[in-house]
Amino acid sequence: MNYFGPGHGACPGCGFPTAIRGAIEVLDGKVIAVNATGCLEIVSSMYGRNTWGVPYIHSVFENSAAVAAGIETALKALKREKEGHVVVFAGDGATFDIGIGTLSGMMDRNHNVIYICYDNEAYQNTGNQQSMATPPGANTTTTPVGKLQPGKTGKKKDMVGIAVAHGVPYAASASIAYPKDFQRKVKRASEFEGSKYIQVHSPCVVGWGIDGKLTVEVARLAVETGLYPLVEYEHGKLVRVRKLKQRKPVEEYLRLQRRFRHLFKHEMGKEMLERLQRIADENAEKYGLDA
Amino acid sequence: MAKMKLYIGASNPPMSSEMKTGDWGTELAYIDKEKCIACGQCITFCPEPATSMVEEDDKKYAIVNHDYCKGCWICYTVCPVDAIEMKTKDIYKVEV
Amino acid sequence: MRKVVRGFYAIAEAVRLSKPNVIAAYPITPQTEIVENLAEMYANGELGDVEYVTAESEFGAASMVLGASAAGARAFTATSSQGLLLMTEVLYNAAGMRLPIVLVVANRSVSAPLSIWNDIQDSISIRDAGIIQLYVESNQEAHDMVPLAFKVAENKGVLLPFMICVDGFKLTHAYEPIDLLEQEIVDKFLPPYKPVVKLDVNNPVAMGCYAPPPYYMEFRVAMEYAMERARKVMIDEFESWYELTGRNWGGHVVAESCEDAEVAVVAMGSVVPLVREVVNRMRQDGKKVGLLKVRTYRPFPSEEVRKALENAKKIIVIERALSIGAEPPVTADVKSALFGIDAEVYPVVMGLGGRDIPRELVEKVIDDVMYGKVKPEKRFESLNEFEEVIP
Repeated sequence: MNYFGPGHGACPGCGFPTAIRGAIEVLDGKVIAVNATGCLEIVSSMYGRNTWGVPYIHSVFENSAAVAAGIETALKALKREKEGHVVVFAGDGATFDIGIGTLSGMMDRNHNVIYICYDNEAYQNTGNQQSMATPPGANTTTTPVGKLQPGKTGKKKDMVGIAVAHGVPYAASASIAYPKDFQRKVKRASEFEGSKYIQVHSPCVVGWGIDGKLTVEVARLAVETGLYPLVEYEHGKLVRVRKLKQRKPVEEYLRLQRRFRHLFKHEMGKEMLERLQRIADENAEKYGLDA
Repeated sequence: MAKMKLYIGASNPPMSSEMKTGDWGTELAYIDKEKCIACGQCITFCPEPATSMVEEDDKKYAIVNHDYCKGCWICYTVCPVDAIEMKTKDIYKVEV
Repeated sequence: MRKVVRGFYAIAEAVRLSKPNVIAAYPITPQTEIVENLAEMYANGELGDVEYVTAESEFGAASMVLGASAAGARAFTATSSQGLLLMTEVLYNAAGMRLPIVLVVANRSVSAPLSIWNDIQDSISIRDAGIIQLYVESNQEAHDMVPLAFKVAENKGVLLPFMICVDGFKLTHAYEPIDLLEQEIVDKFLPPYKPVVKLDVNNPVAMGCYAPPPYYMEFRVAMEYAMERARKVMIDEFESWYELTGRNWGGHVVAESCEDAEVAVVAMGSVVPLVREVVNRMRQDGKKVGLLKVRTYRPFPSEEVRKALENAKKIIVIERALSIGAEPPVTADVKSALFGIDAEVYPVVMGLGGRDIPRELVEKVIDDVMYGKVKPEKRFESLNEFEEVIP
């Protein structure tokens, strides 16, 4: 039984389908998928052309967490909780920005839902507009490179930290470069009762300006430079991080993507590169990434 | 003319396997059956999925379904034994 | 059992008897007490197999109710004014997804300026969504309409959300002697919810897909057809309710002494009993007046309105909402229902923001029209003369 795909409309080389399929497979297809508006929804759920082999619902952009909460509540009321896991698949725009209110409510009430945010670091479906998950220095259409700014000057929101602050039993970050690790995290999350938050870094070939050839390498470098630490929290305690034997400098990661290439030429680029390196260094210290 | 069937409430499950995305890319992936060690990396990573594992005469190996392969090169980058080759489709082989 | 209770208790009791599976609650004056009463019942184990969830916003509450209904549960929530406006996106979505959720709206004015008092601007603002709207004149009617709302919404031919509009404070907080329903009566009328589609791992379906141009229009028109079918379904259920309980609330409209009326007054909601009293008194004085109570606002009962008002020369429409820049909402629907009939329609906007509508005012309004003292155009009653000060 194909739980997700093939035949969906994701760009060749897109990062998230690997994650979506992996998540459903590791849960043996006993999944009720709740999807927020975004790339995933658009490529997979056209009327008459839907790729989902599991029950699926898409409501509006910002309420996937609340809809999932409602489904979980209904299953509890109807005594059908054992039927399957309620899993949310939402992009970073729907999670970090517009949907943070409903997500906070869901996590606060500790509904038994696995919330998986595929983080492609911008509103990619509408053409790469910045979201609060976009890292500083990125060239997006709403934070473009110009005389006044070298791309985005704000920071990336620490959503995993926000989840932990809500007191959820499980919160983790993952990357599609390590799909088995991501699957393990989904399986581990399913063992907890309550709201689980997993953020999976998914490169976007169009938005980030890379080729399908580079998808896995770029995702791996994001982890290996310390810019995207892979962490795991259980009941508020940091239980596992992916240690880096040899932490690479951030330039190796940034150089490969068109959205960061201007940093090597722009007059404010050097400052931004230093800032990004600082972020990586701080992550390494905070989570103990350096082996 | 037959009336269109409008499913109220929900759309039925997988019908997009009708959408043969194999015609999207300029290249298609080909797995060398001899070199393949059936590690499963291409199966795990393929976004479609267009890869699957088959068994023939006690040899397990992966194959690519060209109905769906978009030619993204991800399997090529993750194969540990370089068993995958990306070949340009004939229609894109242009004589300059 | 007959008890003197407040409106919100009667509504909460009716919800309890309808055996919902999921109730999502978010406070907003004046519907807060409805969900508070339900919370108390839940905390004391009186609600049966219900999950009661406190939402983080009305938007969250509506979304949870949507999700619950999609999973196959009977779901309920209540709201007012700003909350309803916030829920608007989700309610359009639920109507489009054909989920039979039931909403009680305790009518309250909309901001700005902020007002907690009653008028019907909130529910009027969402009239295009494809949600069935029914306006009640008393708490007894509100109490009776809750099980009916579930039955009509869940009907296979309808599958649209149902909104019961109860005037905030004027009805919700008023004490009224109510014939509270018994569980057996409600059980006889309202069977357990059998969803047509639901999210089920054993039978996967995809809900809320996006529809490109070749399909979209058919979905929206299907909602129109469902609304049309709802007309008959509602009439059938009103009749069943009468047979079961002995209470006849009428059909989509209730015409009282309109056959020979020179001046007919169209009214909706809690102002109806007042107009009824005025009309009856005037009849005793020999004046030929009539009352048309509109119960169902969506689907608008054009045929019934036309039939009831075909002999009236002058028609007053009491409006408690505005469509700023255009004909007031109920007037627009009444005028289009009467198209081709030679009659004068007098829209009167009054009572916005809870401003009192005293009996004398209703009498004056009818007299002004009867004796030709006003023109048939949009009018505002009990409005203070004011001078705008723009700095």
